[in-house]
Amino acid sequence: MDIQALAKDIPEQGEYSLEGIDFITSGKQYLTFLLGEEQYAVDILCVEEIRSWEQPTVIPNAPKYVKGVINMRGIIVPIIDLRLKFNIGQATYSDITVVIVLTVEIEDQSRTIGFVVDAVSDVLNAEDNEIKNSPYFGGCVPQSCIDGLINVGAKVVTLLNVETLQLIEKHKVD
Amino acid sequence: MSIDLSQFIPSFLEESFEGLELMESSLLNLDAGDNEIINSIFRAAHSIKGGAGTFGFDNVTEFTHLVETLLDEIRDGRRDITAKDTELLLVSVDCMRLLIEAARDDADYDQDKITETTHLLEQTLEIDGPASHIEIAKSDEDTQEPAGKIWHITFIPEHHLVQTGNDPLLLFSALADLGELTLKAKTDLLPAITEMDATELYISWELSLISDASEEDIREVFEWVEDECKLEIVELEVSPKSSSSETQDSLRNSASVDPEISDSQTALVTEQPASAIQSSEKIEKIEKNKTKTKQDSGSIRVGVDKVDSLINLMGELVITQSMLSELGNDFEISKLEKLKSGLDQLLQNTKELQESVMKIRMLPISFAFNRFPRLVHDLSIKTGKEINLVIRGEQTELDKTVMEQIGDPLVHLVRNAVDHGIESSDMRIANGKPKSGTITLDAYHQGGNIIIEISDDGGGINREAVLSKAIEKGLVDSGATLSDSQVFDLLFEPGFSTAKEISDISGRGVGMDVVKRNIQSLGGRIQVESQPGIGSKFKVNLPLTLAILDGQLVRVGTEVYIIPLITIVESLQAKEEFINKVSGDMTLYRLRDDNVPVIPIYQLFDLPADTKEVNNALLVVVEADGQKVGLLVDDLLAQQQVVIKSLKDNYQQVEGISGATILGDGSVAMILDVPGMIEMAMKRAQEKQNEHILEGALV
Repeated sequence: MDIQALAKDIPEQGEYSLEGIDFITSGKQYLTFLLGEEQYAVDILCVEEIRSWEQPTVIPNAPKYVKGVINMRGIIVPIIDLRLKFNIGQATYSDITVVIVLTVEIEDQSRTIGFVVDAVSDVLNAEDNEIKNSPYFGGCVPQSCIDGLINVGAKVVTLLNVETLQLIEKHKVD
Repeated sequence: MSIDLSQFIPSFLEESFEGLELMESSLLNLDAGDNEIINSIFRAAHSIKGGAGTFGFDNVTEFTHLVETLLDEIRDGRRDITAKDTELLLVSVDCMRLLIEAARDDADYDQDKITETTHLLEQTLEIDGPASHIEIAKSDEDTQEPAGKIWHITFIPEHHLVQTGNDPLLLFSALADLGELTLKAKTDLLPAITEMDATELYISWELSLISDASEEDIREVFEWVEDECKLEIVELEVSPKSSSSETQDSLRNSASVDPEISDSQTALVTEQPASAIQSSEKIEKIEKNKTKTKQDSGSIRVGVDKVDSLINLMGELVITQSMLSELGNDFEISKLEKLKSGLDQLLQNTKELQESVMKIRMLPISFAFNRFPRLVHDLSIKTGKEINLVIRGEQTELDKTVMEQIGDPLVHLVRNAVDHGIESSDMRIANGKPKSGTITLDAYHQGGNIIIEISDDGGGINREAVLSKAIEKGLVDSGATLSDSQVFDLLFEPGFSTAKEISDISGRGVGMDVVKRNIQSLGGRIQVESQPGIGSKFKVNLPLTLAILDGQLVRVGTEVYIIPLITIVESLQAKEEFINKVSGDMTLYRLRDDNVPVIPIYQLFDLPADTKEVNNALLVVVEADGQKVGLLVDDLLAQQQVVIKSLKDNYQQVEGISGATILGDGSVAMILDVPGMIEMAMKRAQEKQNEHILEGALV
């Protein structure tokens, strides 16, 4: 059944035209979260779960931003603090500090990593053509991690590339 | 009747690889004149051919047919098997494997090799061609003057015989190969035409065979149908020629009595789809070989006894569970004792269940050793050295995963033993040794580990050559004095080779480091012993299983670590009088006669800790690679079995850590990699030393 037929009064175009049922879209959905003051987003299909912060088991001699590993239903999942990794905001741990666990298949191997962020904010719909190229003017986030920018009202959300995020830790630590 | 044949293909493949392995090992053990071995090789080839035909792997069928023909000639004594034939057959086995693998993966194969071998086979058969004709002619003569015994065989098949895919005609033609056969079909069991079922067999036979074959030979023909028929084999008294031909005649006459019925029977039998014959035969065979397992398949065949013990344990577990849940329904504090004993029982059950499950993964190491006779055989031809291979302890069991990963390192070590270890025959004779060298593979259990030894009685490792090479490569200082084991350890450095000439077997200096790394990644270690002129021994020490280990839980600061119990020598409280500081900041602890270096875990892992002073602290003395060290910990906690989880899956290998595990409270604890930690500590000490030297130079 065509879902538009159910709500024919409502115009087909427009981002937030369907109040409450804004998932009707041909574009992709993204989970947005806060790092300090800034908004970031990842593909929602990669999100395994969102957990509250708990003290992980320390990995010896790991870089500062690798907080350790946790047990997620029998799987050992490393926890990476994106604020420390990207050097954005203050790495404090409070009640609303959350861990977004992402799972990505890379070359037939699925890797699961948890990322510490300040807060989860929203689910965002965006068509592919709404994603703008990110201008390269330096910044703390490596360019390879950024897929593009999405305008939401007056604000801008940085869309992160989940695959390069997952590979962040593959490289040997200096 | 139509059967979806594709479901049998994996079984066929698995069985074929087993057959090939059998052929290979039998060929290597082949002594001229041993008919039983030839027969078993022939049977293996025959069932591969049959199966391949059924599943439409025509190239396999065609090729195997040639091999089978050659084997047949050998089996019948029409051809004396020569070393060349054995070699050709071994190559053929390789080709068959190639073809079957190609069939399995639906991939291309090395057509040239197949064509070449096919030609060789055809040539070999060709040479023998005329001879075989003569042979046939001779057997014709034999028939005219029948020699040997007269066998009277009563063969009453059960009605469903043909449904199981057996064809009496094939049996008879096999019998006819043994000598002169006359048969008489008996139709007394034939029902009325209205009651006749076209798929059933109602006829029985009386056969007379004039042959010098033994009763066993005849029984062998009926091997497949033995359980489905009444079979009587009686030897009639050896009668003088005249009477024998009389018997023959009379039998011949009687055989011709009911030609129509035997014809109709023929038709009946041939109507059976060939596919059914083959597939049912296969299932039967698979069941026969239940305990065998293919080398690197994704499946394991498990003995029924192992499964039975699992089921028994499961039953006990269920009983314990129901007892506990009943107890939980109306629990009072007075029942605490009962609860405790119930929990104890649960612990016991769980442990036993775990052991049984682990046993399922255990396979005899012969699966890894199987390939070595062939390897050594090939290598000895290539190098022109005479080598005996002795294999011991092939029934020693170890985990399937470990087995799969230890194969290649072992191959490398054996290659090395052949290439570098064993001297050439001339040199051996000059040194007063037997002409042919011996390589011994030995496997045995020791504690929770399996030890695999690869030893040769060759020239041993040339200590001086290794040392001078190492100095040349800058791995050691020229003034350094090293113990034998330190020198031999240099062999495992990347890029190290002392071979004067690089052969295509080994000597490129790649490999030994990989061997060591592979073994270490399995949580094992390798040691070298060598005596000049007498030989060398490589000792590989591996954990029995990768999944579970016995560990000692220790606390450092807020973190809990697990030290594998197997590495622990003892735990003790450090006493001041045994603590010595040497060369500035190294702490040694006197343990009886040994000076054991102390590694503070908090320092190595950069952690906060309660205890930083060695005096009075707890030391866990561990041993790895023959080196003892004392690990400084804050507290000793429980001992327990832990399930090993990899850190590599989602993160990466961490220095000094072999994996992680989940404790009873759900938290994660790291498992210490003792050899890795020692290496780390040594590296750090080295770095520090270098800094000091630099500083010294600057001053």
